[in-house]
Amino acid sequence: MEYVNPLTGLRIDGRRPTEMRHLKAQIGVVSKADGSALFEMGNTRVIAAVYGPREVQNRGQQMNNNEALVRCEYSMANFSTGDRARKPKGDRRSTEISLVIRQTMEACILTKLMPRSQIDIFVQVLQADGGTRSACINAATLALADAGIPMRDIVTSCSAGYLCTMPLLDLNYAEDSAGGPDVTVGILAKMDKVTLLQMDAKLPLDTFETVMQLAIEGCKAIAQYIREIMLQNTKQLECRRGS
Amino acid sequence: MRDLHLSLNQTQRVRLQAALDQLESDASSTAASAASVTVADTIPVNHEDNILKGHGTSDLDGQVVATLCGVVERVNKLVYVRALRSRYKPEVGDIIVGRVIEVAPKRWRLEINFSQDAVLMLSSMNLPDGIQRRRTAVDELNMRSIFIENDFICAEVRGFQHDGSLHLQARSQKYGKLEKGQLLTVPPYLVKRRKQHFHHLEQYDVDLILGCNGFVWVGQHVDTTTKESTLLSDEPSDKEETNNAVPPETRRNICRIANAIRLLSVIGLTLSVESVTETVEESVRANVQINEMLGAEFYVQTVEREAQRRASLVRKRR
Repeated sequence: MEYVNPLTGLRIDGRRPTEMRHLKAQIGVVSKADGSALFEMGNTRVIAAVYGPREVQNRGQQMNNNEALVRCEYSMANFSTGDRARKPKGDRRSTEISLVIRQTMEACILTKLMPRSQIDIFVQVLQADGGTRSACINAATLALADAGIPMRDIVTSCSAGYLCTMPLLDLNYAEDSAGGPDVTVGILAKMDKVTLLQMDAKLPLDTFETVMQLAIEGCKAIAQYIREIMLQNTKQLECRRGS
Repeated sequence: MRDLHLSLNQTQRVRLQAALDQLESDASSTAASAASVTVADTIPVNHEDNILKGHGTSDLDGQVVATLCGVVERVNKLVYVRALRSRYKPEVGDIIVGRVIEVAPKRWRLEINFSQDAVLMLSSMNLPDGIQRRRTAVDELNMRSIFIENDFICAEVRGFQHDGSLHLQARSQKYGKLEKGQLLTVPPYLVKRRKQHFHHLEQYDVDLILGCNGFVWVGQHVDTTTKESTLLSDEPSDKEETNNAVPPETRRNICRIANAIRLLSVIGLTLSVESVTETVEESVRANVQINEMLGAEFYVQTVEREAQRRASLVRKRR
């Protein structure tokens, strides 16, 4: 199947190879959470809720008294994929993605400022169309900023692939299930450091560098968008509060 | 409580947008939003001065970088970022309202919207008989008769413990268990530290306690002067029968005031006893039903009223 039309150079959903899907974010969607956000990348829609810093619920898990404990749970809603029948939590893929998101966010939260406390990040996929991992990390960043938790930098994530001898940015589900390589990159936007790098399938090294560079460009574009959303939200809250 | 899911019709939407735009233009004229920063933004700082980097900032390659989303505040040589929506930041002497979650040996553990639970020692609490004496083992066994789980307590912050959690005290008559009322949670940044946090709204016979941690109590008025005299006399063990039920008029007033607080916290306006009473009076004047106070029409009216009030303040200042 031709994922990139040889005549027009467009992909199956009409995007150019280095074009990202439409982004949309909304802060403050879960009223009970300390911070929450809804993040959309094309048809992939993800909601993140952050609770914390709060008292550690399970004393046994509290390993280090000098730092906050970061917990993360990833789940997909039953109705998020094409076929409904799916066990939303506890299966291997969800556990792996929970671990990945936790490690990524733990790298950027300043945990030493909140000793003896716990930060819970709950991410749920409402609509899955490829790139759910990246959308979850972006949503978690927004939710953490909304909750007022100090962070080193904005973490953003984007995926890129290589199909029909072309590097493609931000794969959707059809392109992802083509069997080609899928590189997911998570970076600290301003410090320009990589916190997450995952790939499935195989790629020769020079092609890998091109694809990874493309994903990093995508991450930087998302970081700019996220920054605008956060700034707009902060200005709105401050001006409503008044003097 | 974030946004109320309101269904606004077209005119209400237009009016709301006009009022919000006016609020924003008033705010920008006083340069309030000019200093907003997000995570990893560089804070403009004059490098010749020895700037003290306060909360919400960190050092990156010699530049001062924000770690929170908020507003930059400068006080002499101190530069810090004030986050808006965050958990409560305690200070000694704050008046707070907390919920008991555990009865532990010689202390109660309270939940107060902070990163750790607060502790109220038995020795920091007045005994029911009012006598000042050393707490014995019998007192320790009778702790449950004073406070039990899920009770609401008003207390004052006495200090910090070595592990960062709070130490509370409730030694005065105005502190203690809160009964016959409603508790509301609002974001702590909407409650400013003032001289008075206990308000008695006479015309409604209602007590309003604005806790600094964002827990707001609205309840039937309790006379603290008579409380002392009844404690010394022999109190029957089953208090429920002897106490009178709250009259319906007071209950309606409590609900009206609570809805006014909910509305103000959802819009994002600072909570003070003046703004709450003004909203309640306005709702009574406009004959708004208590449940309609959280509806679309009153929401739009409140935002419009606030925009007009701020515009008149700005005009007076000029």
